[in-house]
Amino acid sequence: MSESGVHSAAIHERAHTAIGDAHLQEAYRSSTLRLYSHRLEAIGQVPGFEPLRQRARELKREVMNHLDYYLAQFADNVERQGGKVHWARTGTEACDIVKQIVKAAGAREVVKGKSMVGEEIELNHALEADGIEAIESDLGEMIVQLSGERPAHIVAPAMHKTRHDVSDLFSEKLHSERTEDPEQLTAIARKALRAKFAKAGVGMSGANFAVAETGSVVTIENEGNIRFSTTAPHVHIALVGIEKIIPRFDDLGVFLRLLGRSATGQKLTSYTSILTGPRRPGEDGPDEMHVVLIDNGRTGALADEKMREALYCIRCGACLNTCPVYRKIGGHAYGWVYSGPIGALVTPQFVGLNQARELPFASSLCGACREVCPVKINIPDLLLHLRGQAQARVPAEPHLGEVLSEGKGMRLWAWAMKHPWVYSLGGAATRFGTRLLPTADESGGRKWVSRLPFFPFSNWTLGRDFPVPDPVPFRKRWEKQFR
Amino acid sequence: MANNSPKVALFITCLVDQFYPQVGESVVRILQRAGAIVTFDPAQTCCGQPAFNTGYRDEARDVAIRNLELFEDADYVVAPSGSCSTMFRVFYPELFENEPELLQKAERLRGRFYEFSEFLVKVMKVENVGASFPHRVAYHDSCHLLRELGIESEPRKLIKAVKGLELVDLQDNKVCCGFGGTFSVKFPEVSVAMARDKLRAAADAGAEYLVANDAGCLMHLAGYMHREKLPIQTLHLAELLEKHE
Repeated sequence: MSESGVHSAAIHERAHTAIGDAHLQEAYRSSTLRLYSHRLEAIGQVPGFEPLRQRARELKREVMNHLDYYLAQFADNVERQGGKVHWARTGTEACDIVKQIVKAAGAREVVKGKSMVGEEIELNHALEADGIEAIESDLGEMIVQLSGERPAHIVAPAMHKTRHDVSDLFSEKLHSERTEDPEQLTAIARKALRAKFAKAGVGMSGANFAVAETGSVVTIENEGNIRFSTTAPHVHIALVGIEKIIPRFDDLGVFLRLLGRSATGQKLTSYTSILTGPRRPGEDGPDEMHVVLIDNGRTGALADEKMREALYCIRCGACLNTCPVYRKIGGHAYGWVYSGPIGALVTPQFVGLNQARELPFASSLCGACREVCPVKINIPDLLLHLRGQAQARVPAEPHLGEVLSEGKGMRLWAWAMKHPWVYSLGGAATRFGTRLLPTADESGGRKWVSRLPFFPFSNWTLGRDFPVPDPVPFRKRWEKQFR
Repeated sequence: MANNSPKVALFITCLVDQFYPQVGESVVRILQRAGAIVTFDPAQTCCGQPAFNTGYRDEARDVAIRNLELFEDADYVVAPSGSCSTMFRVFYPELFENEPELLQKAERLRGRFYEFSEFLVKVMKVENVGASFPHRVAYHDSCHLLRELGIESEPRKLIKAVKGLELVDLQDNKVCCGFGGTFSVKFPEVSVAMARDKLRAAADAGAEYLVANDAGCLMHLAGYMHREKLPIQTLHLAELLEKHE
């Protein structure tokens, strides 16, 4: 669980800030659209992409329904290959395990490849607190580490930053010369990192997939830094969320074909590393390979038969890129490491609904996310399910200016809907009441209200006018004209 | 009317009833002209979606049970809304997934429930209703209609058959307009920002009218247009199909 908290109620304020920031809006708009269109182009070239998604979904369902079996198989095979398996119930436990391994290796520096679960457990903070330097070797991760932020996107952590922002950041933190040329910026980062790379005694990575059949940890990337982090240092630690398991080595082909295309529109990313145990005698590679299997709320999701589906996610970020809400409010508005539609699903599960009850509501339920999900997670359906859980378990905080709590209001509404005369009376009252509002004006044969009283109705007129109900509702017209 | 004329029970939807009754009138006349026998039961109110959408399943369930009973004996039910149709067809069965008797009723109703444009094209086999409207029109795919019901070609067939009309494509035509039921008041700023994008796309396409099949989207978009005094106008598909210009 996150120590610093998600505070999902603050999403409204964070969204407000994001929407008012034209620079940020453009950064998100252009990046999400680029990834979105690359994906579309890439999947158009694969005949049978749809059956591939279905196959991946079935494989993930199989794993989640028998996770105990596959996890044990994976752990056995890691050890059989000479690796060491560690089990972490919480993020804190995982951080402690990593610290112990680093200390035992006598290292002061750890070089890290990009890992979302590493962000989730806030490993960098934990290491720093113990005087261990965590060097983010992924360019995007390095940028957010330097700026002291969380990743803004599952795949592109620094999506919210333009070249100009990165230039500012590098010149401030790395004292480099200003440039907005991406190649030069990369060269600056490389230069800053290379010096540290060589010193690091421990390398860390996440895992895109963990193959139960062989005990292999599979990572994909474009920069080569994960390959470096997992092979050059003497010790490799892989952080693996327990949902990353796939059954067989053959199944890897299904997922690799989906992941690159869904994430960035690539057939395959530049590097695919399959790491099976530490180095054998006479080979290159790490002397030790540690696999930390992390629960951190996942078994809770597994126990909920409906929500289990959220664990199928392979973290491609396609649902973020297509989500009109994510495009507007950006990743940081969600308050934690996972953002967008999938973030709204997994965050409440990983940190608890208490901290994240607003997130399932941060969606227009348009369903665009479900259309692009490579494992066909029914995201809108699960969001609706979570909304139900939120209302039942963590009632919304009373809002300033609300006459009735939302729950009481809905009960009253449902009662009215069961009694047509009450419904009609409600219509008449709205018609009468809104006509009395002094701000109403008339255009196009219709009266409009520019400011409604009472929350949540008052929220409608923030940015929109409200039409006064028609003087003669359909039911009366039916009586007169058609009956 | 011949004995084999389809008997259609209207589910007019609360928004059309209270805010856009002229849309309801158009729906009745178009269906009648197409040869259907139309009935309207004034005992109906709302489909229950505001509660369902907001996570109040028990309240939604109460309203839904009443609707299952109201329309139990109807041959066909037709609603001028993709979203309310989705509530009946997709979400009712989900609400009752653990109650076999009600589930059976919901499943039976699902097969007889049609969205307006879908019913005209698929059941009545009508595409040209004889309307004429010499204007540039853009069609907005409402999300439930498009993605929950998969209705994409039917409204376009009806629109394209309108004499003199020029149908223009919207950039990003499958992106949500931002209404989203109670999302519109829970996240008003985001909701409005999405409307802004949609209307910018309509302006870029040179559309004079923006047509959709859902009063929710239209109320949201028209509310923004009115606030910002944009020159474009909204129309429900049923209204468009009764234009003779």
